[in-house]
Amino acid sequence: MAEQDWKAGKSTFAAVSTAPLVWTLAFFLVPMAFVWFYSFGRNVGLTEIDIVGTLDNYKRATEWLYLSIFLKSLAVAGLVTLICLIIGFPVAMALTFASDKWRPWLLLGIMLPFWTNLLIRTYALMIVLGQQGYVNQGLGVLWGGASWVKTLVGLEPLPTWEPLPLLYNNFAVVLGLVYVHLPFMVLPLYSALDRLDKSLIEASLDLGAGHFRTLIKIVVPLAAPGIIAGVMITLIPALGAYLTPDLMGGTDSQMIANVIERQFKRANDWPFGAALSFLLIYAMFALIALQSMRRKTPGEAR
Amino acid sequence: MDVNDFMKAVRGRRSLLQGLGVAAVGLSFTGTLAGCSSDAPEKSANGEEALLNLYNWDDYMGETTLADFKAATGVDVKMDLFENNDTLFAKFRAGNPGYDLIVPSNDFVERMVQADMLMELDHSQIPNKKNVDGAYIDVAYDPQRKYSMPYTWLVLGIGYRKSKVKAVPDSWKPLFDSDEYKGRVAVLSEAGDMFRLYAKYMGKSVNAITPADVKTIEAMMVKQKPNIAKFHSDDGQDMLAKGEVDLVLEYNGDIAQLMLEDDDIAFVVPKEGSQLNSDNFCIPKGAKHPKNAHAFINFILDAENGKKVTETIQYPTPNAAAKALMPESYKANPAIYPPADVLAKCEYAKFNPELQPLFEEAFTRVAAA
Repeated sequence: MAEQDWKAGKSTFAAVSTAPLVWTLAFFLVPMAFVWFYSFGRNVGLTEIDIVGTLDNYKRATEWLYLSIFLKSLAVAGLVTLICLIIGFPVAMALTFASDKWRPWLLLGIMLPFWTNLLIRTYALMIVLGQQGYVNQGLGVLWGGASWVKTLVGLEPLPTWEPLPLLYNNFAVVLGLVYVHLPFMVLPLYSALDRLDKSLIEASLDLGAGHFRTLIKIVVPLAAPGIIAGVMITLIPALGAYLTPDLMGGTDSQMIANVIERQFKRANDWPFGAALSFLLIYAMFALIALQSMRRKTPGEAR
Repeated sequence: MDVNDFMKAVRGRRSLLQGLGVAAVGLSFTGTLAGCSSDAPEKSANGEEALLNLYNWDDYMGETTLADFKAATGVDVKMDLFENNDTLFAKFRAGNPGYDLIVPSNDFVERMVQADMLMELDHSQIPNKKNVDGAYIDVAYDPQRKYSMPYTWLVLGIGYRKSKVKAVPDSWKPLFDSDEYKGRVAVLSEAGDMFRLYAKYMGKSVNAITPADVKTIEAMMVKQKPNIAKFHSDDGQDMLAKGEVDLVLEYNGDIAQLMLEDDDIAFVVPKEGSQLNSDNFCIPKGAKHPKNAHAFINFILDAENGKKVTETIQYPTPNAAAKALMPESYKANPAIYPPADVLAKCEYAKFNPELQPLFEEAFTRVAAA
């Protein structure tokens, strides 16, 4: 197929790109510029912000208190991404190797959660995980059954069932974030694996490599662009997660987005909130820059 | 059961929109079948467009009040909901987004007056002001009610599940300074309220906190943190209802509503005293329908209309004429009207712009500790 250079049809290109450009400018870049200016400002009274070019907000934002919250958020987001990768990779493999009859249904299963609002999904998960939730109810029934069996064979019954604390802790936050972000990991992985030349796998197996070795030596390197894309697309939103730690977290689950939210609302300190936001944005830029630098390095498996 | 649970999780007095705090989300309700109204706005008797844009808390209006108002005056009320004063204030920072009537709490009335966001009320348009108990007219946060009219008052206390406590938790100790109910306790995530109530526990006035006290209280909070299940965003009644916790720091009306559904729930204001709040009708500057707003305030302060609101929301009312019409089960409910000797130890918090940033940062440290 002969590829046509977009430069050949400049007017078409302009017509198509005007709408997104205007949109980005008006609704993204301009508001962000305001926030960026605020970050160099100072509160005057209750509602006025004086843009005085001060760096005090950034100085405060890089104090250990806020840096430690940043690092903790990064650790949580990293863990979430890792778990998503470990769970998502086999799922993407299954999608790739599923028969044509099944694949649309499996893909639908991955996409289905997107049809429901994030807030609703989070509340639904909270109902499942609560003290009186379905998981605890189910475990309680099993526990009661085990206790009954023990008495049947003449042993002491088990002590009374105490519901597991599945909600309002960091475990719940990680679980909730994995649940929400898994499709973001699976889809880029699937698109990378789907393009992979299956005969390479056959060749590897024919030449005596085991299944595991084929996976590690052939499939994973070939899927690397998909893995990197999946990691980025999961890590970045997880780093800025706000709703899940707020609703499912306990007293220890504060993430950086929650702190930023408080600056804009309760603390009524928009300049400081703006500085924290921009530190987060800079961190994300750094991540994306790292990725594109990697892409440019020669010797990438291809 | 699951559907009910789910509804409970999603709605509830001041909690509905908590989770949606990320976005400026407004749920709109109209008092009548809005779909039937024609496009051209009708004029009401006072010459204004027959419309009132009300910005209110969730679950904070009588079931039929908006329709009754429409029937009485022909004015359609479009009600949007906010989840806390901070959201309300944040929305008004860049100018009035189009509301005629808002319901800030006492300290935010002070704050919004200072920020020049409120219109002075014309008392001649609110003859039903006479129904308001005199104690709620001359208040420190708005002397002689220049900018606000009282809607309700509230008190913070402990909502608890009777079958799960050994004795009535009539002190802040189990919440603030004890591992007696480890992991079965939820307190507010509102930094200012938390610091002020700790001050009460330490025997100080909510308005006499010094930066040194903030340090002391922060250390107490860090020590207590392992015993707390959750810093909740004013949806503690839901956590209590679902059995997630057994003791919760909440407003009396939230728990009183729950008590109507669940016999095992009770509410107590601790003996050390607590913090009072009052929610007030105010007309923000830039309101397009100030006469309708005055008419609505006057309508709510009517005895019968005030009674209907109170029947739904179960909060204490400063409307003496409406209270007189309420049944004994309401007037004598200690959850709604705590005993006088305890109430005497409760105080309104003054808006304190110097301490608020200290509270916030200290609370961030507590949560990060």
